[in-house]
Amino acid sequence: MSEGLPRENQQASTAERSGGMALTQLGKRKIEKLERLAELSAINAGERGESLWREAFKRVRHNPAAIVGAVILAIFVLVAVIGPFFVPYSPKDTRWIDQVSVARNIIPGPSADHWLGLDHNGRDVFSRMVVGAQKTLLVGIVATAIGLFFGCLLGGLSGAAYGLGGKAGRRLDNVLMRFVDMLLAMPALLLAVSIVAILRPSLVTVMIAVGVVAVPTFARLLRGSMIAQSNAEYVVASTSLGVSRPRIAFGHMLPNSLAPVIVQATLTLATAIIEAAGLSFLGLGTPDPSEPEWGTMLNDALQTFEYAPRLALFPAVGIIITALGFTLLGEALREALDPKLRK
Amino acid sequence: MTLLDVQDLSVMFTQRGREDVRAVDGVSFDVSAGEVVGLVGESGCGKSVTSLALMGLLPEKGVKVSGRADFDGTNLLGVDQRTMRDLRGRELGMIFQDPLSSLNPVVAIGKQVTEVLARHRGLSGDAAAKEAEHLLDRVGIPDPRRRLKEYPHQLSGGMRQRALIAMAVACRPRLLIADEPTTALDVTIQAQILELLKELVHQDGTALIMITHDLGVVAGLCDRINVLYAGRVVESAARRPLFAEPTHPYTRGLLGSIPRLDSVRGEPLNPIPGSVRDLLPWVEGCAFAPRCERVIEACVEAPPALIGGSHQYRCVNPVLGRSAGPEHLLEQE
Amino acid sequence: MFRFIVRRLLQLIPTLLGLSLLLFVWLHRLPGGPETALLGERGTPETRAMIRRQLGLDQPLWVQYGRFMKRLLRGDFGSSIDTKQPVLDEFLARFPGTVELTVAALIFAIGIGIPLGYLAARRRAGWLDNLSVGGSLVAVCVPIFFLGYLVKQLFAVKLGWFPPTGRQDVTIDATRVTGFYVLDGMLTGEFDAAWNAIMHLILPGLTLASIPLAIIVRITRASVLEVLGEDYVRTARAKGLTERRIRGRHVLRNAMLPVVTVLGLLTGGLLSGAVLTETVFAFTGIGHFIRQAIDNRDYPVMMGFIMIIAVIYVLVNLLVDLSYSLIDPRVRVR
Repeated sequence: MSEGLPRENQQASTAERSGGMALTQLGKRKIEKLERLAELSAINAGERGESLWREAFKRVRHNPAAIVGAVILAIFVLVAVIGPFFVPYSPKDTRWIDQVSVARNIIPGPSADHWLGLDHNGRDVFSRMVVGAQKTLLVGIVATAIGLFFGCLLGGLSGAAYGLGGKAGRRLDNVLMRFVDMLLAMPALLLAVSIVAILRPSLVTVMIAVGVVAVPTFARLLRGSMIAQSNAEYVVASTSLGVSRPRIAFGHMLPNSLAPVIVQATLTLATAIIEAAGLSFLGLGTPDPSEPEWGTMLNDALQTFEYAPRLALFPAVGIIITALGFTLLGEALREALDPKLRK
Repeated sequence: MTLLDVQDLSVMFTQRGREDVRAVDGVSFDVSAGEVVGLVGESGCGKSVTSLALMGLLPEKGVKVSGRADFDGTNLLGVDQRTMRDLRGRELGMIFQDPLSSLNPVVAIGKQVTEVLARHRGLSGDAAAKEAEHLLDRVGIPDPRRRLKEYPHQLSGGMRQRALIAMAVACRPRLLIADEPTTALDVTIQAQILELLKELVHQDGTALIMITHDLGVVAGLCDRINVLYAGRVVESAARRPLFAEPTHPYTRGLLGSIPRLDSVRGEPLNPIPGSVRDLLPWVEGCAFAPRCERVIEACVEAPPALIGGSHQYRCVNPVLGRSAGPEHLLEQE
Repeated sequence: MFRFIVRRLLQLIPTLLGLSLLLFVWLHRLPGGPETALLGERGTPETRAMIRRQLGLDQPLWVQYGRFMKRLLRGDFGSSIDTKQPVLDEFLARFPGTVELTVAALIFAIGIGIPLGYLAARRRAGWLDNLSVGGSLVAVCVPIFFLGYLVKQLFAVKLGWFPPTGRQDVTIDATRVTGFYVLDGMLTGEFDAAWNAIMHLILPGLTLASIPLAIIVRITRASVLEVLGEDYVRTARAKGLTERRIRGRHVLRNAMLPVVTVLGLLTGGLLSGAVLTETVFAFTGIGHFIRQAIDNRDYPVMMGFIMIIAVIYVLVNLLVDLSYSLIDPRVRVR
């Protein structure tokens, strides 16, 4: 109840006390120590806004699941970025086709020349996996970026309009949200299917489709977060000081609303990779079957699953592990930033 | 006759990787039938933990409870959960601070009252409904028959607290514990609820432990008052002497921070400086020393003991003599 | 209640109008225009021109949209290029299969997920808790078509415990009444046919259930943990109620609220997943047909099916909201 007491008050009484009363050094030191501690905790409380991320980072660092996720992702990104420069063969090279006979169920397995063996078209699977990591990462990142950009545009505008724009703002919010509802009214994969059908299959189309699917989630999330922020006291304070509304919205409310969006983006990276694989499975992925993309590779490999299951397992495990990495990290971030769990 | 005798109650919270926290530290007091005893202090002083410990409602993991609490020959801190479950609701009733969150939002009020009757008095069906209606009527809820079918969110704050009280007194418990029962309510409602509690205690001869940070509540209701600070009783006295001669500087501070009508205008209120966080561990001295105006060397040399006869205090530099204190609060009676 | 339903149905209108506009634009954006949608890649320039005139494609766009809407409202989504049948008929013929599959998946997801999540929360940080939290994290990362394929290879092809494909053995000559094979078998007393259909549902049902199951486990667990710390649970304890009563009336009922909310959202995932699952198991529902339509570039089918699914999805969510108000009096509608 007395936590709201002004600090000056307390300091004044401290001065009084040490001046007026006869205390031994020991007693004084004890009390001074306590006062320093109290002040420290007060400073921490004051800096909460900035230290939110630092605090979250600290919590994430102590979460074993997050570390596993981060390590997985570090390896994945490393392989995806520099791996393609070091692959032994071109991923599209079908030079060893004569060693393969699909009709007689012969596909050579791992050997010294081909660490992960050959695929049904006589290509080096190791090279395809490494280059595929790059493509998969690219699909995930670009798709998420598309979703993030348009989602934040819609959600930010909507939230700001609803929170600060008065009656006209609410109307704008209403229109924008009906549009978002429309996107939400379609099951994710079917929305992606519709988009691919309009745009013709290609890897870029897959990115767009998977990205658009994520738009309503980001929009809803940011809007909700912005509206919550618009009720915060600093917004009232800035408004009363005459700070312009766009400035409040995008200078103050937006940065404070981003935490859940960033968590969602991490999780979306995982779903994007899985959804892209699903589109490939439906024949809506890249039209070039030689393209080394994990989803396409997995889909191809299912045809030879009975006698060469490893061909499916490599890309499948790749997809699962990568998605798991993003999920673990995202969940850890969510936990670290959850105000309910933070205490 | 003493109904509940609490001796040396301590509660320690232990968590792996953190220092143990002693929330309640050797608290002793007793309550007789028909008596109202107040536990007073700021938030975090251990008063709520004391009540939860008596009710056996503290979590089992990470909590160590020691001491005795003899309730009519049974040590509440020593019996198993099964016995405790039979006592709770029947012999021991409890009223909580926030009536909204303390009521199940998705179960009708009537059901929440009758489930106690079913559990302890074996009432069911029409008999239970009739009794529940009677109980709601008794705690002053108008149109009780209709209210039985309603849900907590449909009731006002005061009505919810009345409903909660009805559940607590449904089996005429011999001991009632009220944990800040008026804090979440409007001022006008607060008075009504206190009046209701007083009436119930008077009619049934129930013993009441009143937990509050509000001395105004204590003044109008309690026979005896224990002031808690950082888990220990720092002053214990009957109502009149406590208000007439507050002896511990903390009690004095609590009383001094209450505004009064006849004080000179412009004269500042006297809040207690600092907050409960600025405390010394009791083992090193008086926990209140960092915030105390009357601190002397002896305060931080050794933990002070509880001294005195019927008016006990835990202070080496007490304020003796009558205070200019807020006896006016007593006039509320 | 009634007014609430009406209001929600009215709110559907802008969403559906938007969807129809999207559909309209889509058909026009298609390479070759709507006549391609009707004729496929075939047809001479003359027939194309004739079709354009017949369809009124020489009219202004808004007139075209008006006509298009009129047809939609009559339930006319055009005809399949592939089978030449009206899209709506094709949909209705396959819908029962998908409903059976989705219901089977929901039964698995709820029947396993809620008890598992509850037990995990009760024994927090125990082996069951760690296993179900870990398992649910991994489960959402496995591409469902791959999981289905693995399950099929193992339990159907290798072990032969379950049939690998289809909704019912072709050798069974079952009487059709409703199109729901399990229900038909029950109604006509052909119990072996019903049993056969159920066996066909196990593997695809479990596959489709994987992600909803993971989500339900986690949500149940989180919400039980939260409810266990609520004040009203403490009140219930203070009343001396038995643990059993506390769990049933005070914990589970409140903990179910978030689970019910998420069920509506899960339906979307189930319908998406059904497309993949049905493809893997050659289960002749709407998803299987959509996959074929994708392969054949059967645009009217793709579009029509997606439109109808969107309507169903929105209606399911309305239903979920209504059932939510049944268990939570705070959102009960007057």
